[in-house]
Amino acid sequence: VCIHRVRSCSSIRFIKSKYVCVFDKSAFKFSHQQRLFRTSAVSCGQIVQFKLSDIGEGITEVTVKEWYIKEGDSVSQFDSICEVQSDKASVTITSRYDGIIRKLHYSIDDIAFVGKPLVDIEIDASKGVASEEDVVETPPMSHEEHTHQEIKGHKTLATPAVRRLAMENNIKLSEVVGTGKDNRILKEDILNYLAKQTGAILPPSPKAEIIPPLQKTEAVPAASKDKGRKIPLPVSRPIAFAGKDRTEPVIGFQKAMVKTMGAALKIPHFGYCDEIDLTQLVQLREELKPLAEIRGVKLSFMPFFMKAASLGLLQYPILNASLDENCQNVTYKASHNIGVAMDTEQGLIVPNVKNVQVCSVFDIAVELNRLQSLGSAGQLGTSDLTGGTFTLSNIGTVGGTYAKPVILPPEVAIGALGKIQVLPRFNGKGEVFKAQIMNVSWSADHRIIDGATMARFSNLWKSYLENPASMLLDLK
Amino acid sequence: MVLQSLKNCLWLSCVLRTPKASFWSTASGGLIIQSISNDVYQNLAVEDWIHDHMDLEKQQVLFLWRNSPAVVIGRHQNPWQECNLRLLRQKDIKLARRRSGGGTVYHDLGNINLTFFTTRKKYERMENLKLVVKALKTLRPQLDVHVTDRYDILLDRQYKISGTAAKLGRTSAYHHCTLLCNADKFVLSSVLNSPYKGLKSNATPSVPALVKNLFEEDPSLTSEMLLDAIAKEYATQHQIDHHITLINPADEILLPGISNKTKELQTWEWVYGKTPKFSISTCLTMAYKDSVLDIKVNMDVKHGRIEVCNIDLPEQWLPPGLYSELVKSLTGSKFCPNETTTLATTLLRVCPQDDELHSRWSLLCENMIRLM
Repeated sequence: VCIHRVRSCSSIRFIKSKYVCVFDKSAFKFSHQQRLFRTSAVSCGQIVQFKLSDIGEGITEVTVKEWYIKEGDSVSQFDSICEVQSDKASVTITSRYDGIIRKLHYSIDDIAFVGKPLVDIEIDASKGVASEEDVVETPPMSHEEHTHQEIKGHKTLATPAVRRLAMENNIKLSEVVGTGKDNRILKEDILNYLAKQTGAILPPSPKAEIIPPLQKTEAVPAASKDKGRKIPLPVSRPIAFAGKDRTEPVIGFQKAMVKTMGAALKIPHFGYCDEIDLTQLVQLREELKPLAEIRGVKLSFMPFFMKAASLGLLQYPILNASLDENCQNVTYKASHNIGVAMDTEQGLIVPNVKNVQVCSVFDIAVELNRLQSLGSAGQLGTSDLTGGTFTLSNIGTVGGTYAKPVILPPEVAIGALGKIQVLPRFNGKGEVFKAQIMNVSWSADHRIIDGATMARFSNLWKSYLENPASMLLDLK
Repeated sequence: MVLQSLKNCLWLSCVLRTPKASFWSTASGGLIIQSISNDVYQNLAVEDWIHDHMDLEKQQVLFLWRNSPAVVIGRHQNPWQECNLRLLRQKDIKLARRRSGGGTVYHDLGNINLTFFTTRKKYERMENLKLVVKALKTLRPQLDVHVTDRYDILLDRQYKISGTAAKLGRTSAYHHCTLLCNADKFVLSSVLNSPYKGLKSNATPSVPALVKNLFEEDPSLTSEMLLDAIAKEYATQHQIDHHITLINPADEILLPGISNKTKELQTWEWVYGKTPKFSISTCLTMAYKDSVLDIKVNMDVKHGRIEVCNIDLPEQWLPPGLYSELVKSLTGSKFCPNETTTLATTLLRVCPQDDELHSRWSLLCENMIRLM
């Protein structure tokens, strides 16, 4: 016991070095009826042992499953402290006190005993300690209720809110004149008492402070002219912003993205952009959509874009290639595994459709549907996500016109498609007509691809889409 | 329907906990409500809402609900230990973690759920279960059903037809239990069979039991009949009208804040992230070319995320730089097949473009994913 006392004393000394607090652990070991110990110095908070209350059904022990707080955290009355489990019942233990957690008596998975200390809470001395009997689970008192209190023989009537205000300002209620019913002390009485004591001007009500700008400009010159008049000067208050920065570690998928994009940075990108007139394609898709639906497939524009890209890659295979690490060899990939950028909850994922060069537009649509449903369910497999050779990103579905896409290694080219807009254009006869315009932004690896190649590929791709019938000639 | 929900508004606004709430001169000792939804998350959210917002001092509540196929694990359980997550994903069966303790159960429309809400002081599970047994015996006197001291209800002294769990808060408590009427026992046994090996954890384990549907004992019984019988018995015992009020768990006006509660129950952080810390110590058997490799894997998972990861690969099987990249990326990521797949495939982009390497990498990653 002796050793205990010394140890506890030194720990308290560590917390509040100025004051010496005397511990007497034996005081609360036995009868819970006894008042809890008090320290000699007023500034030192009182440490209360919060015991595990009765669970019911004659249960004497529980397992601690989760702590909601840790040592050093401050808690308010009714905050959740921990979760314990006993025989299929999960119990949330809430705090009886306001204060700071000083000690957790159990670790996760330990057995805790009913009636034994669960945590030690340091209670703010000025707030006083609730005795064990006080702690009954009753709803908080309504503001209308009044309590009588004997202070120096006087009976002073005041609501708990008024009492708190007095306490916070170190005012003795016995010195305040009550103006309420039965000499009840009201909030105004406390404020008046304060005003008299300090001569301070009480803060004006919020309405008075809101002075319209017009009045302000008028008020200032007026004040300088006539100093005798009392004009409430606008109080300039700094704009209070209570937001806090939040720092999170870069982990998991985000970390992998950091690595990939870091590698992409090594690729010297160049961009090439153009606008495509999709008027004919829009019409064609409208005709084909119901046919696809009959076959149970949703037909978007992407299968057309992808098939046209594949036809273009047949003519310009360097865009479907890969440069090795040391830039020694270029590998021309036989398969056109065209990746489609997808936005999911986790972020950007790029599954690819394999062998687009031997797929029909309908085949591509089927495969896209499959990848899209797997993507939204979070069930894409490794084979879906690897082996891509060329990528298209339909950012236009979200919005935007021109973009600057980043090439996904080990590929050498990528295209970003903007949204389809209805815009006025001139036709061959010089007449204005309604056109469905989409912008494309290509990025390519300038180490092995030159601007002319990219431009020619883009022109070919554009011609297939502006005149879809021409695709029929080259379809394999 | 509009009148009904207006009436519900009034009912529930009466019982919301306010300091001045004292106007239940109608003084009915109980309220019976039934959910019109079969969504497990919405229904669990209703339980949370009643637990947090209703004053149960003057009026206790019986909540009746059924769910479309779902596996529900207890507050402190480990889903990998309790069920076949792969099968759940394949069959599109939902996984939910409830706030009460206890073990894992399978719900479908052939199972009914009963929740008894009381104040913390009036929490009494045995009484509730005896009420259920009484209701069953009133409906079918020949049924051999009784309550065990583990708070199960057994049919014919051997088959479990009901399991129990409870949640106690500061001032209120609830006890809920299942009742097997006509559930799919085949799906039940296959989803509640975990294929994951080498798991070590202090999570609450489930106690497997032999189950039977009441329908098998008496084909004339339906879920509706059982719900009605139990409601009737509850009404009798609480001296209230045998009237079931229907509620819509999506009604934000009736249950303010319910959609947030529903959302929270569906988050990964709640369903998987609340799993107590566990470790995996297992062996991957990988067939590669002409040989079979046995790879020892050790992982620690905390809050559903990989804290520590060790894969005992043969030397030089993967370039060491690549292996450390993989481990570094896995550390801190979710113990989840989707996260691992996207992570591994993204990292593959920065590997040397070597077919041999790619196939080894894919093989390893696919096997790792099978652990999740």
